[in-house]
Amino acid sequence: MKLPILGAAALAAVMIVAAGPLTAQSPPQDDSEKEIERYRQMLSDPFSNPGFLAVDRGEALWAEKRGAKNVSLEGCDLGEGPGKLEGAFAKLPRYFADADKVMDTEQRLLWCMDKLQGLDTKDVVLRRFSGPARASDMEDLVAFIANKSSEMKIQPQLSHPKEKEMAAVGEALFYTRGGVNDFSCATCHAEEGKRIRLQGLPNLSVKGKTAQETMGSWPTYRVSQSALRTMQHRLWDCYRQQRWPVPEYGSEALTALTVFLQKQAEGGEIKVPSIKR
Amino acid sequence: MIRTFIPLAALLLAAGTATAQERPAQAVIDAYIKSTFGKASAEWQARIKPDDSLAVCNTTRNNPSSAESDAMLKRESARVVYPADGKFLGDWKKGYQVANNGRGGQFSDPPGTVAGGNCFACHQLDPKEVSYGTLGPSLAAYGKDRKYDPETIKDTYTKIYNSMAVVPCSNMPRFGVNKVLDEQQIKDVMAYLFDPESPVNK
Repeated sequence: MKLPILGAAALAAVMIVAAGPLTAQSPPQDDSEKEIERYRQMLSDPFSNPGFLAVDRGEALWAEKRGAKNVSLEGCDLGEGPGKLEGAFAKLPRYFADADKVMDTEQRLLWCMDKLQGLDTKDVVLRRFSGPARASDMEDLVAFIANKSSEMKIQPQLSHPKEKEMAAVGEALFYTRGGVNDFSCATCHAEEGKRIRLQGLPNLSVKGKTAQETMGSWPTYRVSQSALRTMQHRLWDCYRQQRWPVPEYGSEALTALTVFLQKQAEGGEIKVPSIKR
Repeated sequence: MIRTFIPLAALLLAAGTATAQERPAQAVIDAYIKSTFGKASAEWQARIKPDDSLAVCNTTRNNPSSAESDAMLKRESARVVYPADGKFLGDWKKGYQVANNGRGGQFSDPPGTVAGGNCFACHQLDPKEVSYGTLGPSLAAYGKDRKYDPETIKDTYTKIYNSMAVVPCSNMPRFGVNKVLDEQQIKDVMAYLFDPESPVNK
């Protein structure tokens, strides 16, 4: 783990103070914009980020002997070789010859749990998203693995034909509209400087800084949910708000979208776990 | 050799700038969609099956050709159902509730959830409301600016009922066609836009 932890209570206190001006009856452009920016600055203080608790839990889970084979995940190959964690997350999703599939971090972890550990992943998938009194192995493990690529650059893997297909399909899916409101990802994420209510929307339709900062800051600790969340949760929640059906966890369309978004964010610096509203 | 090479290179360059990424075959895209959404119920599956207009919007990224636009306007106009009583304006206070309600249509919604229009998510309406989105244009003083003109009132009803009957591949939901809002809810939202007493026009 790369950073120490300070009190989450102090953060909560700061949040309450900062939340006030968001609902104040003042013009949104000047004063409230500044307040929102100040609030974001406070949120990005890494010393108050409870996401690092998830990193610690993930580190312990990685080394814990589990499953029918009673082995740890330390032999799991995340693309850089068995057990090699440094920089692995920066190159995910990528093609894995043993599975003959492009996989993101979550899919690869489930594959390792199944093949290496002989672990029944049903319960793990059931707890894919943490909640009150429900820990998520996946969120903790991804936080730990991603943190091992912190301060590295996003390096999308696009040399294998299946990786190329993923990027192309991901791009097409980004523009695919559906649901009762006819929404696609692009409905909200294809223009500069737009908002839903007061929430700013990153333009992910073009390569560059916005895409880099967005993708470089996941996984993140979501203050509003009191939970560490990964890209799987972000996309699940996006599709919920798009009024699409429930997306299957660790499935092809989500990985394709992630490959496309990593491509848009190529070269961005990974700083995770971050902290967000 | 050089003569044949140059035009080819130019051709490749031109193609490269026109489309950032070749769109894969629809069957390939559909296989991915099935893998991720295939376990949803038939009712939910139907919601992501694009109709004729949406299919065009998807392949052209909301930039249909002029022929496709003409066909879309004709097709979508035919789907608009106007109020049988000829009245377009309901109760602006109820219209505010509809405009302010973002529930409905999400897989997290309990069964029977009454959907809202969620207008504030994308539009400024009441200028006193600070929390509004900017994906759509500001609608502050909407009715007042249009002098409460009856023809404009009918056009606005059309736009809310079926945005694509007015703008091909509009980003705005087709609230009536997709049965997000019922006729009375649309009339109430209309009143929120057009009633001189509505905060939108104050």
